[in-house]
Amino acid sequence: MILVLIETENGAASEISLETLAFARSLAAEGGGIAIRAVVVGAVENRDALAAELATHGAAEVHHAVGEAFTSYSGAAWAAALQAIRESTRSVVVTAPGSPRGNEVLAHLAARLDVPMAANATAFHGLAPFVVTRQVVGGAALEEMKLDQRPAIFTVAGHSWAVSPVEGASPAAWVEVAPEVAEADLVARVVSTGTKEVDHSDSLKSAKVVVGAGRGAGGPEGFGAVAELAELLGGAVGVSRVVTSLGWRPHHEQVGQTGSRISPDLYIPCGISGAIQHWAGCASSKTILAVNTDPEAPMMTKANYAVVGDMHEVLPAIIEELRSRGVSG
Amino acid sequence: MTNVLVCIKRVPDSSGEVLLTDDKQGVDGRYVGFTVSNHESCAVELAVQIAEATGGTVTLLTVGPSEATEQLRDTLALGCHAAVLVEAEPTRLGPADVAREIAHVVREKEAADTTYDLILLGNDAADSGDFQVGIRMAHALGRPVVNGVSTVEVADGNLTARGDGPDGEETYSLPLPAVATVLEGGVEPRYPTLRGRMAAKKVEIETRTLSAEPVGASRVQLLLPPPAPSTVEVLGEGPEAAGAVADLFAKLGVTR
Repeated sequence: MILVLIETENGAASEISLETLAFARSLAAEGGGIAIRAVVVGAVENRDALAAELATHGAAEVHHAVGEAFTSYSGAAWAAALQAIRESTRSVVVTAPGSPRGNEVLAHLAARLDVPMAANATAFHGLAPFVVTRQVVGGAALEEMKLDQRPAIFTVAGHSWAVSPVEGASPAAWVEVAPEVAEADLVARVVSTGTKEVDHSDSLKSAKVVVGAGRGAGGPEGFGAVAELAELLGGAVGVSRVVTSLGWRPHHEQVGQTGSRISPDLYIPCGISGAIQHWAGCASSKTILAVNTDPEAPMMTKANYAVVGDMHEVLPAIIEELRSRGVSG
Repeated sequence: MTNVLVCIKRVPDSSGEVLLTDDKQGVDGRYVGFTVSNHESCAVELAVQIAEATGGTVTLLTVGPSEATEQLRDTLALGCHAAVLVEAEPTRLGPADVAREIAHVVREKEAADTTYDLILLGNDAADSGDFQVGIRMAHALGRPVVNGVSTVEVADGNLTARGDGPDGEETYSLPLPAVATVLEGGVEPRYPTLRGRMAAKKVEIETRTLSAEPVGASRVQLLLPPPAPSTVEVLGEGPEAAGAVADLFAKLGVTR
């Protein structure tokens, strides 16, 4: 049996949770039709809708952990719930989204069970032995890792598997469980959560268009045209690490391995050379249009489209052209 | 007085190019140099701020090759007081090994009357990206752990830590001793002063050997993804490209 930890957003399964279910379904098929159980922890807004959604993506059952212990988040408490459900279902595989929560909870579970864990898997190669490929160095390199202990524990990297609903799936059975959680597992729990609005990086992560700038902006005053173009296109501003290190722009705008990972329809990096850490954060963009004075910069050679030139000359010209065509944001 | 232990890791500087060792068991830093990850630089800064505010100390710990003394000296220069190196060949170690070694040092120090109220680590190592060392170590020591936090404050024997969660900024409040893994972004690391560099040279780095045989990383091999063939279409040079860019925007449907 394969256990899949599900994260929810606004009552529905998160995109990366559905990707993780797609990964699990391939694994289940390889194993000759192993059953998949989804795990949801804490408050659920619309149980029937969530059960239907998870069934459509391959879950035969949904195990819902309830109780006071799950009213606010604690990684250790979530792992305790997952551990109890794993034992009752005798699951041989436990997986979760390669998100901050998913990596945290499964690391707790791996520590409790004293078994290895592979973070951010992108593929698997057979079952005996069970070997996964996972991202290392922020996705710039890959590792093949053997998971030969049970349960096999791994998280699934975002965007590595396509969401693939099943036609005519039977409804998933809903199993409510109340796992016991030790006091020690509740010591490090969230005591308060700020309003969603303070998470400025959300607009960057969800933007359809991102206009980025790096050292080529030249200073904090060099972002006027960047912000103007982003506004015209209804998008967001994203910057490279050097920009935040120099204090030109706030950290929540940083795209990269240690910033936000973005997947817009269009990314326009301007004056960004394309260091590996930055590429790790923007490689999932559907289309990249790079603007740079150096035609040999990595970002220029990896992009789909390129304009060779100084961003301080190119961006105002683009803005003027768009305005002349009636684009007003 | 708060004594902080900060765990750092010598990692290849992969900002330009990632190279693998000949046996494909590690990332090769011989030609690109070594550094510590950005998360850990922020953890060090937070530790130094706490020590300065409370009259405490900052001890650095790394599990790695003898050459990691270079990163320990560089980091000591930022205002840290002591450093411990557990010498080991990195490719032999998995996250469980590193966590066990850190826990072993902490236990031995505590037995010798040196306690660490707070242990800080980077959220994940820049090279191996395991996301586990802090949690496994906290588990081994029986201490609470918070992950992916950007700021930490210590007051009255309590740790307040904040980080971004899925629904907004999350605050944790827990008693010391505790463990926290730090994400870059909440604080700006300082640069070393000349005085700091001079002081760092005088610190004697305590060197240890592994306390147990490593279980390893379950690694089969490392691979580099095949380079994507360049299919870039150059739309033009300078401001003259603006028309072609506007046409592209219309084609992609980002303007109407």
